[in-house]
This record gives sequence, C-alpha cells and structure tokens, in this order.
Amino acid sequence: MDVEDFTMIHFVLLISRQGKVRLTKWYSPYSQKERTKVLRELSGLILTRGPKLCNFVEWRGFKVVYKRYASLYFCMCVNQDDNELEILEVIHHFVEILDRYFGSVCELDLIFNFHKAYYILDEILIAGELQESSKKTVARLVAAQDSLVEAAKEEASSLSNIIAQATK
Amino acid sequence: MGQHTTGSDRAIPHFQDGPDHESLLVGHSSQIMERTSKPSWNRALDYGCKICLRGTSYCFLLACQVKRDMIRAIRACKTAAEERAVVRKECAAIRSAVSENDQDYRHRNLAKLMFIHMLGYPTHFGQMECLKLIASPGFPEKRIGYLGLMLLLDERQEVLMLVTNSLKQYPLYIWFYAFDYFSVISKSSSILLRDLNHSNQYIVGLALCALGNICSAEMARDLAPEVEKLLQFRDPNIRKKAALCSIRIVRKVPDLAENFINPAASLLKEKHHGVLLTGIQLCTDLCRVSAEALEYFRKKCTEGLVKVLKDVVNSPYAPEYDISGIADPFLHIRLLRLLRVLGQGDADASDCMNDILAQVATKTESNKNAGNAILYECVETIMSIEDNSGLRVLAINILGRFLSNRDNNIRYVALNMLMKAITVDTQAVQRHRPTILECVKDSDASIRKRALELVYLLVNESNVKPLTKELIEYLEVSDQEFKGDLTAKICSIVEKLSPEKIWYIDQMLKVLSEAGNYVKDEVWHALIVVITNASNLHGYTVRSLYRAVQTSGEKETLVRVAVWCIGEYGEMLVNNVGVLDVEEPITVTESDAVDVIEVAIKHHTTDLTTRAMCLIALLKLSCRFPTCSQRIKDVIVQDKGNLVLELQQRSIEFNSIIEKHQNIRSALVERMPVLDEATYSGRRAGSLPAAVSTSQGAALNLSNGVAKAAAAPLVDLLDLSSDDTPAPSSSGNDFLQDLLGVDLSPASSQAGQAQKSGTDVLLDLLSIGSPSAQDSSFTPNALSKSSQDDKTSMGALERLSSPSAPSIQASSPAGGSPMMDLLDGFASGPPLAEANGPAYPSVVAFESNSLRVMFNFSKQPGNPQTTIIEATFMNKSSVVYTDFIFQAAVPKFLQLHLDPASSNSLPESGDGSITQKLRVTNSQHGKKALVMRIRINYKANSKDTLEEGQISNFPRDL
Repeated sequence: MDVEDFTMIHFVLLISRQGKVRLTKWYSPYSQKERTKVLRELSGLILTRGPKLCNFVEWRGFKVVYKRYASLYFCMCVNQDDNELEILEVIHHFVEILDRYFGSVCELDLIFNFHKAYYILDEILIAGELQESSKKTVARLVAAQDSLVEAAKEEASSLSNIIAQATK
Repeated sequence: MGQHTTGSDRAIPHFQDGPDHESLLVGHSSQIMERTSKPSWNRALDYGCKICLRGTSYCFLLACQVKRDMIRAIRACKTAAEERAVVRKECAAIRSAVSENDQDYRHRNLAKLMFIHMLGYPTHFGQMECLKLIASPGFPEKRIGYLGLMLLLDERQEVLMLVTNSLKQYPLYIWFYAFDYFSVISKSSSILLRDLNHSNQYIVGLALCALGNICSAEMARDLAPEVEKLLQFRDPNIRKKAALCSIRIVRKVPDLAENFINPAASLLKEKHHGVLLTGIQLCTDLCRVSAEALEYFRKKCTEGLVKVLKDVVNSPYAPEYDISGIADPFLHIRLLRLLRVLGQGDADASDCMNDILAQVATKTESNKNAGNAILYECVETIMSIEDNSGLRVLAINILGRFLSNRDNNIRYVALNMLMKAITVDTQAVQRHRPTILECVKDSDASIRKRALELVYLLVNESNVKPLTKELIEYLEVSDQEFKGDLTAKICSIVEKLSPEKIWYIDQMLKVLSEAGNYVKDEVWHALIVVITNASNLHGYTVRSLYRAVQTSGEKETLVRVAVWCIGEYGEMLVNNVGVLDVEEPITVTESDAVDVIEVAIKHHTTDLTTRAMCLIALLKLSCRFPTCSQRIKDVIVQDKGNLVLELQQRSIEFNSIIEKHQNIRSALVERMPVLDEATYSGRRAGSLPAAVSTSQGAALNLSNGVAKAAAAPLVDLLDLSSDDTPAPSSSGNDFLQDLLGVDLSPASSQAGQAQKSGTDVLLDLLSIGSPSAQDSSFTPNALSKSSQDDKTSMGALERLSSPSAPSIQASSPAGGSPMMDLLDGFASGPPLAEANGPAYPSVVAFESNSLRVMFNFSKQPGNPQTTIIEATFMNKSSVVYTDFIFQAAVPKFLQLHLDPASSNSLPESGDGSITQKLRVTNSQHGKKALVMRIRINYKANSKDTLEEGQISNFPRDL
C-alpha cells in the first residue's frame, strides 16, 4: 500500500451551484489534467443530487463528503474507511470560521477575497489533516497575520511619503 | 474547461445571481452568536467599504481594485470564448510584467494568476514569481508567495518525468519549463530552510504550512531535522504545524519515522488542543509506517491516552471547543483512532481501554452529528481491538440504532460499518437483514449501493431463495442507472449459490427478461453452458424461453439465449418433450418457433451477434422442421446481399447447404455436444473471451470463420515489421498467446537466452579488448571521456549484432510448428520473426570507470506492457567487489520487480559477471518510455562504494 494513501483529506473543493469552482486545495498529487477531470466528474455527480439525500458520494474508490451552504457546495474527498460524519464537522468548522471572519459570509466574499479563504483553510488543514479545533484560535492567528500585512503596508506608504517629501 | 459544466449560467450576468449574496450559514445551526447580519442585497456595495477599512494604503487599494476589475471582467463574460479572451489578455500583461521584473505589482499579479489558475488555465510561468516573492524579506510578500507556491506548483510528477524522457519527444519550451521547475524546487528548498529558522514565528508558520502541503521526498529528507527541532518550539501554534509537517515527511520518507518517535510521544502530554490533536495524528501515522513506533507507543503511551480521553469525555463545558454540547469531538475521534491502532492485535492494550470505550459508547449523545461521529469512531475501535463480547454487543446495538435512524447520513454510515461487522458477528448482522433489504430500495443512490454490497455479503445457502426473489422483484422497479449494478450482483449470487439447476435457469430467465440489456456476455454464456448440461430440462427451458421472448422480445441477451435454445431444442418446443409438473401446457407449432427467430433477425435493433446466431438457428431448424424448410430458406436468402461480410457469407453458405447439400445437412446441424462446465469456468477465470457463438460455428465446421479471425491479427503482425506502430503489437501478441497457448513461451525464453549468450560473448570480447582503460584510472562516480566514447561505440556494435541473428534462429524451430499448423498456406517467413514480440537492442545502461551495466530486453508474448530486463554487471577494475547490491527506482507509472541477483560478489577485470532479472510493467505503454534510477553499492578493497545514475536510453517502445 502506498504510504500516501493515509492522507485523510485528499482535496477540498468549493463549487458553486452553477458548477463554478471557487476554491481548490489538493493534498494528494493530481496533475493539472487530472484536476480538471476530477472537477468535471464531481460537479456532475454532486450538483445533480437531490436535497434530502445523504451527503456522501462514492467516487473512484474514494468517498466525497459534501455539504451545501446556500449557493456553495463544500466538498472533501476522503478514503473509503474514513469517518464521514467527522468530515461533515470539519466542513462546518471551516464554514463557521469563514463566517466569523467575513461577517456572515457569502459566495461573493469568497470570490473577491479568495486568497483570504485560502489563508483560513491553511490555518485549519495541513497535509490533509486537521490542525486546530478551536475556531477562536484560527480567527486570532489569521487576524494577527492580517495585521502584520497592514503594518507593513503602512510602513511602506509612510516611507514612500517621506521619500516623496525628501525628493520634492 | 472542466468547470463550465452548465451552459445556462453564461446567459445571466453574474451580479444578478441571487445566491451569490446569500449568506452561507443561513438555515444552518451555528454557534456564532456575535454576528452582525446584514441585508444581503447590499453585500456587493459593501465591498468598496470593506476594502477601504481593511486596506489603508493607496497602493494596496489600487492593487485590490485592479484585481477586482479582472475578476469582474471575467465574471461578466457570457461565453467561454469571451472568458478565454479576457484571461489571455491578463496573462499577456502578467507575462510582460514578469519579464520586466515589475516589483510593485508582483503580489497583485500573483493574486490574479491564482484566480486564473483556479479557472483551470495554465499558469506555470508564475512559479518563478512565487519564488521571488517568498525570497523577499517582508511578511506580506512571503504570505502571498507561499500561497501561490502551494497553488501553482503542482505538476510534480509529470514535469519530473519530462526531464528523464528523451529530448526528441518534447518541444524545446517544455524543456525550459522543466529546468525552470527544477530550479524552483531547489531554490524553494533553500528559502524554506531559511524561513524555518526565521525570527518571526508567522514566517516559520508559513514555511511549515507550505512544506506540509507540497514537500517532495527530497525536500522532506533535507528539511526533516529543522521540522523535528520545531516540534519543541515555544509557541504551540508552531508545534502543531510542525507535527502535521512531520506527518507529510514521514509519509514521503518512511525511513525517517524513528527520528520522530520521541518528540511525537512528548506531544501527547500537551494541554493545548491543537498540539494534542496533531500530536495524536502524528503518532497514528508513525504507528502505520513503523512497527518500532507502534511497539513504543503501545508500551509507553496507551495508559496516558486512555486518561486523556477520560479527561476530555468528562470535561466541563468549554465554549471554545464545544460542538453541540460535546467538548472537542475532533479530539475524541483522534484519540479513539489512535487507541484503535494500539489495541489492534494486543490484548493488554485492548484491556486497558475497555472501560473508557464502554463509557463513550453509552454516554455519548446521539441526537447530533458530532455525537454520532464519535459513536461511529468508537464502534470502529471496538470492532478492531481484541475481542470483548460485552463491548461488541454494545457496538452492534449502536449500529442497529443507526440503521433505523431517519437521517440518511447515519443510515449510510451504519451500512458501511455493518459490512465490517460481518466478519465479527455474522448472526447479529443477519438480524438486520429486512432493514438492509429495504435500504436496497432507497431513493438515495449512495445508500442503495452500500446496501446492495451488504446484502451480497449476507447471502448464504439458507437465504438465497427469498433474497434473490426480493432482489429480482425490485429489479422491475429500480432506476435505470442502478439496474446495471443490481443485475450484476443478482447474477453473481445466483451463479454462486444456486441450490439446483432449475432454480438457476428460472432466476436467470427472470433477470434476462427484466434487465436483459444489462447482463454481461459471460453471464449468458454461462447460462447456455448450464442449459446444455441439464439434459432433463431442455424442453422446459426452451418452452420458458419461448414464453419469455413473447413478452420481453426487446431484451437482446434474452433473445440470444432463446434463439440459441430454439435452434438446438426446437423440436422439444413443438412436441412438448419432457414436460414438468409445474409447467402450464403450451401449444407451439413449427411455424410459431420460426416466427420467433424471424422476428428477431428482422428487428431493427438486433445487433450483429444476434443476427448471426439467428442464421445458425434457422439452418438448424430447416433440418428439424422440414415443413418450414422453404420459408426458412427465404429468410436466410434475404441476407445474401448484407453489407456485413459475416452475415452475407453465412447467408450464402447456409443457403447453399439447404439447396444443394441435403445429404450432409443433417450431419452438419446435429445438436451441440454438451459443453464442459469446468472448461468454461476455467476459461472465464483466465478472462479469455469465450464466445459461444464461435464454438457453435466450429461445430458447424465453419472453417472459414476461424480462418478469418486468425487473419486479422496476422495483418497486424505483418504491419508490425514497419516498426512504427506499437499499438497493434499488443493485440497481435494477445491473439498469438490465445492461439498458441503454452507452446509459445519456451520458444521466447529460448530466444532470450540465445540473445543473452550472444551479447555476453560480445561483452567479453570488448572488455578483454580494452584492458588499458580499466587499469589506468580507478575513480568511481565519474564518467571519463574515454569511457563514454567506449560506450557509444559499444552501443553501435550491440545494435548491429544482437537483434539480428540469434532471435530468428531460436524462434524458428520451436515457435514455428504450432504456427505452421494453423496457417498452413500462409507465407511463414515474416510473422515468425515477430512471434516473440519485436526484439530490442540491448543497451549499456550505466558505465563508470569501475563498472559497466548492460541491459538485455525481452517481452513475454501477450503482455506488451511488461518488459523483462536482464541486467549484467561487469567489474572493470582490478579488485574483487563484494557485498554487491543493485537497487533501482522507477516513477509511478512503472512497476518494478527485482529478482535476486545471481551472486553478490563480482570478480575483477571482467572475469565474470553478476546477472539479475528485472521485470518492469509500463502502465503507459506506447505513450511513455521507460526510465529508471539506479544505485549500486559494493565494497572494493573493503571500502564502501556507491554509484548512482539515471537510465534514459531505453529503446523507445518498451
């Protein structure tokens, strides 16, 4: 058995109801071609499922756990013998943190600030494994890094002001 | 573009899509209380404000503005073509910015590129930009740079392969890309190393995150010591990232596991949930790759972990970790999982955790998903650890409760778990059979599929009849897309467990009439084999089929079986031979029987095989029903102008049999001899296509039919001699193997040997002929100019000599005889040479001043993907090599099997050689060439020597 098969979450996808991809994160190696194929197959499989059905689809020997939030489908691909119910909790964990960060998050937030969504995801998952179970800690870490960015920008702009002043 | 699955949304401008503005969490239970909800319609307008508030500098605002403009422009596109145009324009702008080394907008460009990447467009030219960003000192640049690196750096394996493939196959720009990629990898390694030791802990965090998500085996080896150090970092948030990073490292390079055992064990004592969570995960992974780790954690940590779980289970309400009334379900689940690994196969450890497992199984709330997730994990742990009957009863009861739950998710999970529980307690699972059978009829495809798998496992001799009855009844009403799976499973159950032949035939007829179009060929072939063997049921079967075909005449496979049986046993149908008590009487005239076949052959959907079978059945009936002979002849004649050669030929030939060969006709169309079940099932197991129609043809002495089948692959074979069509070679070889069976293999191995001995002689000649080169310099790991020259001249010689004479000589006597019999009239010369598969020139795979490795190639006929390589190692130095070990590695699309070497000591000065067989299976045969990395260890003068190299000069189509 390939050692990498132990990876819990092979990839995370956010797909809109229209089949548009809003976020992809791959923890197992897939070439660009495979990725496109995976996205096509899964959106066909998941978007067509009715509302009352269970949140799991079997696909290529894996299980894809998905949950729909408003117009967005959050999907995570796991191994056959992983705990699907827990993955549903991981998805909800992610959504709640997004919600707390953006303030009642909607799809537009994730389109225009997709990099922020990635930063948050990187504080929740690494190597396809869960990193932090406290929403508060994640929020704090992301905010701390955001403020580092702010500080750097401010510094840069004040520097350029000084230079502008000096060279006047 | 894979993502654009629905065309409809193209017509609507995106900002009018209502759902975009809809809050994601509306309607979902959420623990977040202090949320300010806003009316959704002004969300879009909010954007400007949000960015104004968050970004303070003008420059940043501008960057955001420009990026947003691009996103807007892309979103406003109504067609895929428009979108491509916008993306192309943006990419061009970014490329020119890249080439101008524009620093101010680097992070903006990267953000744009990431968006474009997400849409599925190629963005590899951005990888270098990521590097420049992570190499810059500031946090903001590093942050976006690492994000870009993780997103854009992905085509790992493909690009790696590029470099090792031959230059001819790829255009030049891909080469530049590949080199670019390698410098990205090597540079990012050095930057990562620096950032892992950075004074800013957030930068350390970024580096760890990137490493954990994308590191390759090489990077893992290089950076493992740094990551190990960070497991003891003062800030817990770095420790947890380092723990997950270690998981990735250990997965990539399992040899490194032992370095992490001690630091991982100390993480288990942490209080911080994040560290504990990731530490437990790391320990679980270590246990999976290293027996030593498993033993260690089992001895040292089981009790501690049980205590941690106890504390978590009994912990008071903690708002930070609470999910629907349970404190940190994620931690629960990971603890249970690690305990499972530790308890599996160890009675003491299992004993140690019994109490807490019982507590979790009984006390956990099961009205919310989080609680059920914990119960699910707990049940799995109970099932896996050493037997404790009390706990197992508890677990099976939980599954029973799950199974009757109204929530589809829980039922799905229950079915999944019951499959594992079967091995533990079959009886307990059997009790739930009625519920499970109901689940087969569920409206949810995922649940149906699970339930069907489970039912399949539950069937045994005692319940096969009622279960099959249920399943076949359901077949009538099931969804079209489920019919395939269901049919396959029913057929498999019936074949495997049928108590008597009549039942088997009855059930198969029901399946054929219900879902005949989903039945696989081998299933109805098997049915015919069974029918021929049940001599007392011939009449019954043919009458049942006659009835079935009246109502379900559109089911192709049913029609085929019916046509076959009417052809064989038509007179039993008409004369009511062997009527069973259970049968209703039926009156069929001869012309009724012919009607069935005439309808089948004339039906517009009937395919070639069925039509061909119909013609044979008609020929047979023409003899059995003399009164209908003229009518049958008329039907047969209608196909004499058929455009399909097979049908035309049958029609003309059969017509002439009826017209002119009355005297031999009855002998020609005698009933088929009983088909041997053992032979058939053996053939099926060997997955050779067993066409019943062909065997029928053979019985009818349709010699030309056989000859035609043989002719087609032969043409392929002959084509092969032009050497630029690798694809047909497989079919040719396959066919040959089918045709010649075992006879061919000795021939080929003989050829291989002959070839080998030929090259050995050559090798000896050459090595003796150049003694000066060996003696003069002895520096391992270096390819001197002279030896390279040597190699090329050698290669040329090889190519000239080896493939020509030996292979043909060897193959003609042995391989020739079976071929001759079959082909008699055919020109025997050219195909013979190909009978062993094309011969490949042997190559000098590796050569240094001290060592030469030669590869000889051969293929087994019928298996074009697999190449057998015989490696021959020659010692060019003047000292004996001992402890000689050869290792090889191949990329993922190849599979490598090494046989033991002939010896582990290599005499000096080419005085002898070591040979070793390698078997390489190329899953991309015909598309990608072989490639291999080798490493050779040996002791010369009791000094360890290591030689490494890469072999990419394999012949092309291996």
